[in-house]
Amino acid sequence: MTARSVLYLALATIAAFAIGFGLVFFWVPNEADQGFIQKIFYLHVPLAIVALVGFIVGGIHGLRYLTTRDANHDVRSYIAIHISVIFAVGVLITGAIWGKGAWGKWWVWEEPTLVSFLIVALLYCTYYPLRFAIEDRERQARYASLFAVMAGAFVPLNFAAVRMAESFLHPRTLATAEGGLPGSMKLTVLVCGIAMALLWVTLARTELLIKTTRWRMRRLERELGEAGAAGRPSRVAPVVPPTEVGSD
Amino acid sequence: MSTYRALVAKDLRVELRTWQSVPAMALLAVGTFVLFRFGLDRTELEGTLAAGILLVTTLFAGLLAVNRLFVPEREEGGFETMRLAPVPAAAVFLAKATVLFVYLAIFGAITLAAFAFFFTPDIASLPLLLLVILLFNAAISVTGAFVSPIATNSRSRDLLVPILLIPLLVPAIVAAAQVAGPVFNPSLPAFSSYSGWLIAAVLYDFVFAALGLALYDFLLDD
Repeated sequence: MTARSVLYLALATIAAFAIGFGLVFFWVPNEADQGFIQKIFYLHVPLAIVALVGFIVGGIHGLRYLTTRDANHDVRSYIAIHISVIFAVGVLITGAIWGKGAWGKWWVWEEPTLVSFLIVALLYCTYYPLRFAIEDRERQARYASLFAVMAGAFVPLNFAAVRMAESFLHPRTLATAEGGLPGSMKLTVLVCGIAMALLWVTLARTELLIKTTRWRMRRLERELGEAGAAGRPSRVAPVVPPTEVGSD
Repeated sequence: MSTYRALVAKDLRVELRTWQSVPAMALLAVGTFVLFRFGLDRTELEGTLAAGILLVTTLFAGLLAVNRLFVPEREEGGFETMRLAPVPAAAVFLAKATVLFVYLAIFGAITLAAFAFFFTPDIASLPLLLLVILLFNAAISVTGAFVSPIATNSRSRDLLVPILLIPLLVPAIVAAAQVAGPVFNPSLPAFSSYSGWLIAAVLYDFVFAALGLALYDFLLDD
């Protein structure tokens, strides 16, 4: 992953968002019942879907770390969860704004979709204290991956339970049983979803690039330092210190 | 199987000789009941309020036991011994979950008696209430046995158990409260109104037990 490909990804993200927001503001009609406030859905729904998929991606990378013990997977798992937690906070904020506009309340406890998303967000917030409370690098990566797998399994379970439970308020945005969305809205949601997914990938790639660059820097510095001290270049690659994985 | 039995026997023998976990849990529960009596300013409880107080108190007392569960292993070299033995990870998981379950069952008997004594709730069906409490205890046991070694091997030991377990156990307490709430009433509602939640509680226990069995290998592998 080079800086140039991240740049292209960023440009693609900007273009997708420009098209998406163009559609949202100038093309797609206002929803008859709710009016303008409904348009926050074009942000809220893609954010939620991408965040949840991101959590599962984090779990898959965690599982791959556990089976291969390749630190790269641990870093990817961390980054996926990190970006998704930020997205999840965005979901809760945009959802609260929409709720205030449509239901007249910032938060509705009776609504299982809200509560279960909050539980998932809270659970993933504990990833940070868990990860950074473990000093041993290998163990930190292992436990963090275990958490990622367990929580990744928790996400679909939690939402399956929600789907089973009766729901009265939260709209099933992509539901097809009651007819679903009209074509223009479907297209707009799709474009915004692609834009959001691109944003996620861009952010994840950027963080990965920053981290790998920093390690390479440190390794070079160390090699230079050791070469200066012992008079010969060291061929031993140092273990990547995961305490620095996302200490910022 | 024999290692499982040996591990359970070891932990229960340690508890019988030291009495570190269960009395502390019971004390915490009684103290919490007194707090609720004054905090809510209620001398009698019924319905969902009774269920919530009983289940949340059980959860908090469970956190104490989960915190202590692997402390002997860390302090007395139990982790190393298990690796040398060698003990299959699944046996350790099942043994620790069983020990937690036994603690919680003893604790539950004491607590339920104390709860009934203090708050004189109506109990429509004692077997159903016991079943729900046991299912909830099983949920604490399987998730607790999974989280405990992670927390024990970290720097901020006692901090991690509550922050990890509380969000994990939310679905379990939702299901348990939905069944236990109607039970704390003079008459029992129709079976169909809570049967789904009973199934959800059983499913939760099975899923986390399966996850624990599948992943425990990686947890003890160091």
